[in-house]
Amino acid sequence: MAVTAIGTYAFEPKDKVENFHGAQLLYIGWEDHLMYCAPLAFPFPGAMPFKAILEQVLPSCYGAHPDFAKIEWSTVEWFRSGKPWHPDYGKSITENGLRHKDVIRFRSPGLSGIKDTCS
Amino acid sequence: MDMEASKKKLGLKERYNHLTRGLDWETTYQPKEKVFPYTRYEGIKIHDWDKWEDPFRLTMDAYWKYQGEKEKKLYAIIDAFAQNNGHLGVSDARYINALKLFIQGVSPLEYMAHRGFAHVGRQFDGVSARIACQMQSVDELRHAQTQMHTVSNYNKYYNGMHSWRHWHDRVWYLSVPKSFFDDAMSGGPFEFVVAISFAFEYVLTNLLFVPFMSGAAYNGDMGTVTFGFSAQSDESRHMTLGLEIIKFILEQDPANVPIVQRWMDKWFWRGYKVLTLVSMMMDYMLPKKVMSWKEAWEIYGEQNGGALFNDLARYGIRKPKGWEQASIEKEHLSHQAWAVFYNYGAAALFHTWTPTEEDKDWLSAKYPDTFDRMYRPRFEYWEQQAKEGKRFYNGTLPMLCTTCQIPMFFTEPTDPTKICYRESDYQGDKYHFCSDHCKDIFDYEPEKYVQSWLPVHQIYQGNCFNPGVDPTAPGFDPLRAVLDFYHLNFGRDNLDFEGSEDQKNFAQWNGHGAVGA
Repeated sequence: MAVTAIGTYAFEPKDKVENFHGAQLLYIGWEDHLMYCAPLAFPFPGAMPFKAILEQVLPSCYGAHPDFAKIEWSTVEWFRSGKPWHPDYGKSITENGLRHKDVIRFRSPGLSGIKDTCS
Repeated sequence: MDMEASKKKLGLKERYNHLTRGLDWETTYQPKEKVFPYTRYEGIKIHDWDKWEDPFRLTMDAYWKYQGEKEKKLYAIIDAFAQNNGHLGVSDARYINALKLFIQGVSPLEYMAHRGFAHVGRQFDGVSARIACQMQSVDELRHAQTQMHTVSNYNKYYNGMHSWRHWHDRVWYLSVPKSFFDDAMSGGPFEFVVAISFAFEYVLTNLLFVPFMSGAAYNGDMGTVTFGFSAQSDESRHMTLGLEIIKFILEQDPANVPIVQRWMDKWFWRGYKVLTLVSMMMDYMLPKKVMSWKEAWEIYGEQNGGALFNDLARYGIRKPKGWEQASIEKEHLSHQAWAVFYNYGAAALFHTWTPTEEDKDWLSAKYPDTFDRMYRPRFEYWEQQAKEGKRFYNGTLPMLCTTCQIPMFFTEPTDPTKICYRESDYQGDKYHFCSDHCKDIFDYEPEKYVQSWLPVHQIYQGNCFNPGVDPTAPGFDPLRAVLDFYHLNFGRDNLDFEGSEDQKNFAQWNGHGAVGA
């Protein structure tokens, strides 16, 4: 549906990728760990290796959780827009097909949060 | 020369008719639709504006007189409150954080309501509708002012209240109430009144004002109670106006029904999302609690709102979509919301804390199905961490819903352990939502919401630094620079209540000496 308006109604989206100075947005959620209340938002260069997210970014974001150090990244299950997805850790963000404002989540099998409450 | 009255005094109804119909005129050199250009494009059909009956036939002289008397009483009490250091009589310094939330999140909306009703008070073709909206516009300005004056007493002694107007346009969580009202203001006049007069003032207002004002009464804040009372008679007039507007629009033309229904679906959900802040205020921020959010939703939402929609069924109106989901979420909303502010307590302009033992027992009793099972372990873990000197703060910005702008913390209606993710593709970009209903709102008018000023994205675009700040400078701390842009006094306005300046001062001024001593 078109907006009901008194005249022509066309405006630029506020969050075009061009507005992020060479970065693109990526959202990351950690399933079953709601101590982190919401998925996180990041501006990453598309050429950044995916494994840099795992090794250099997420530890400082999620490291305070006692489960984080126990994650076996080789067994982690990934989802992109809710559907199973298999990233290549050796490739970059764009090579993995991730576009601006994509949302990915990961599930770490066997880890279900503080006292198994998904916290 | 004395004039002798030729007739006896006019009755209220006659005076009101003179004020409205009597002062109106038919245009002669411009067509009506040019004088009132905004009342047709939304698709609402009005055939006879004279069918509008304002249930409050209030003339201007009576209006000024009533309001003037209320002002005198209010300011006498506010003065007495200030002179007697009434702020020291509140239950606990944690309570003051509820007031911070009010002045930051609610009072700016009163001012926006003043502007919105001034606008529609000019635009409606019908003169009675214009008069009613103009009076409400003046009411709203008065509410904004009395709230500022009441809270200014607290601002002299406590943090987190000094720059609320500046914060309203910038701070991440205040974009939630701000975008709610901006969305209504940028709709047409009929959408605005359905959104604000009906969905907010009529359906949801009891879930906003009753909790804050009863909370104030329970916690010994007589200043705030008094502005609540002073606003109460206005609010009942606004509620009556909200109902009159809906009935008038629905009775004018059957084609109006589906348009109004869609607005009700949208504005119930938009308003309910704003009330997320109230839910956590009730359950977590009030040291002496009035009732739980769940109980409030059951009384004011399910019972009262349910009866209202039964009444409206004869017009072909059903309950808003999202109504059932709100009932499911009543078990979870406040716990999840408070956890968000606990996560981001370094960037909030009020203090956060983990619930006390007494609070936790109360929460267990009020939420027997969810608190102990799902939320107590989380808060107790945080409590333990804080005791070990590792108070948990989430240092990474969250993903936001494009429509309501709230961090994506809401869980699936069918599974409270899973975050609810929804998305739409529009013109080559993705847009994300916290719920089916926020997605529906976007999908109906994507052109509008692609312009959402989402605080997290604005920060990442570099638009939330003070002028002259150089993000390329060595050692640049972007999040700290954002807090400077907010005018947040780090260590005073934010962080945990435990150890805060508010906590120490309140204890000292009450003669309890230093905290922990």
